[in-house]
Amino acid sequence: MIAHAIVFYIFSLIAIVSAIMVTVSKNTVNSVFFLILDFISISCLFIMIGAEFLGMIMLIVYVGAVAVLFLFVVMMLNVAQQKNEWFNSSGRSSHIPIGLLVSIIIFFELIIVIGGWKYKPDLLDSIAIEINSDLTNTQSLGSVIYTDYIHLFQLSGMVLLVAMIGAIVLTFRQRSGVKRQSYFKQISRERKDGIELVDVENNKGVKIDA
Amino acid sequence: MAELFIFFEQIYKILFLLIPVLVSVAMIVWLDRRVWAFVQKRRGPNVVGPFGLFQTLADALKYIFKEIIIPASSNKVIFILAPIVTMTLALIAWAVIPFSETFVLADINVGILYLFAVSSLGVYGIIMGGWASNSKYPFLGAIRSAAQMVSYEVSIGVIIINVLLCVGSLNLSDIVLAQKDLWFVIPLFPMFIIFFISALAETNRPPFDLPEAEAELVAGYQTEYSGMMYAMFWLGEYANILLMCAMGSILFLGGWLSPIDLFPLNVIPAPIWLILKILFLFILFALIKAIVPRYRYDQLMKLGWKIFLPFSLIYVVLTASFLMYFDLLPGN
Repeated sequence: MIAHAIVFYIFSLIAIVSAIMVTVSKNTVNSVFFLILDFISISCLFIMIGAEFLGMIMLIVYVGAVAVLFLFVVMMLNVAQQKNEWFNSSGRSSHIPIGLLVSIIIFFELIIVIGGWKYKPDLLDSIAIEINSDLTNTQSLGSVIYTDYIHLFQLSGMVLLVAMIGAIVLTFRQRSGVKRQSYFKQISRERKDGIELVDVENNKGVKIDA
Repeated sequence: MAELFIFFEQIYKILFLLIPVLVSVAMIVWLDRRVWAFVQKRRGPNVVGPFGLFQTLADALKYIFKEIIIPASSNKVIFILAPIVTMTLALIAWAVIPFSETFVLADINVGILYLFAVSSLGVYGIIMGGWASNSKYPFLGAIRSAAQMVSYEVSIGVIIINVLLCVGSLNLSDIVLAQKDLWFVIPLFPMFIIFFISALAETNRPPFDLPEAEAELVAGYQTEYSGMMYAMFWLGEYANILLMCAMGSILFLGGWLSPIDLFPLNVIPAPIWLILKILFLFILFALIKAIVPRYRYDQLMKLGWKIFLPFSLIYVVLTASFLMYFDLLPGN
């Protein structure tokens, strides 16, 4: 149990410190690396409370895909050169009120959730779904999401699909004058399309571009 | 005291797994070069030791004694971290590979997701190395590699879903045991082919080795690396290839199971079967390196997104409806 606690404190310390470093570090690329470290330690925490499926999905989706794209964009835009300077500058601090507002809201939400848990222990009984501890959490998640909440699940999938198509439509532009490879054209080309035998008359030559 | 004992026992187990993996990585490099040479009617490394088996060890010794050069304009911390990340990720994935029914370091519930997650993290070693070098060619190589690995991971994920539909569990041992009667390579043969090709792309092997295409990018993300740090990239790469072969043999070729449960075959110990299957897949990897020319980059992307992804998605629907119609879904 002590070892468990030690490991928990190590991971949560790493998570908090790297979350602070995301906002503080001067180089934007370093911020993204700290964000990745934060994701990894949070997924370790998920695994520690027994939510191994959530932890792995966190790794695959956030670290394996989302953060790669983040890193990609940050590196490609070359914002590494623009220093992350708001922390040191004294004058302009227009982001701070909004940030404070959001963090206060999140703080009260956390208080409500944790307080409800602490002072009303029978809250768990009021959940509509029975908790079956024999199943692995992959199975129980699947049986809840794909039966009781299938319509909401499909709906959120549709929202994502619409967002994806929207992003493609917004950034799509047809460029003219670009030579594209067409496999179909290449394969269906035959000898008679490419070669033509011409009897050349003496002193007349031949017109190539016929 | 008891906790300390468990700690040392685990370390012993980990070493018992990791040292053979590292040695076999060295051997596999030799095998790769030999197969490559035989296809091209050369001899390959045959001087150091019997059949040249110790060639890789000699190379490793050379790398250890070479000077490590760190470019002045590089981001030094990330530059040094990159090969370490590659190597570590290539090795930690071996924790969940089951070598027999009892011989597995960590038999976790979500084994296949763990493997998938670790192999999707592998891209960071390359991006970090390419970016931290602060030079054109490594950066281009890293960008190419990141895009390539992310795209092919998608189709590998969908292929894994195909297998999981037939198994009904994310545990690797369960996946192997589900193939007791029929290896999944037979009903899911098209998926096996796509998995194999995606594994080639995922590990940056030829014909998809665009991140290190020497004619265009010198050596891609490894350009600025030298000595031991280069050797670590190299070891990590081959350990990843072995891991992909192990994943292929567990998902499709029945892992540690013998082909038929008959007398001369089922006496051979289980780990030997897994190793034979890994070797078979690796020789295919090596042959393809020798035979197939390199892809163009847009063709590579087209293959991943426009051919493999739709095809494997359609196959998921087919598999699911087949299992549903004939009432073969696991867990019923």
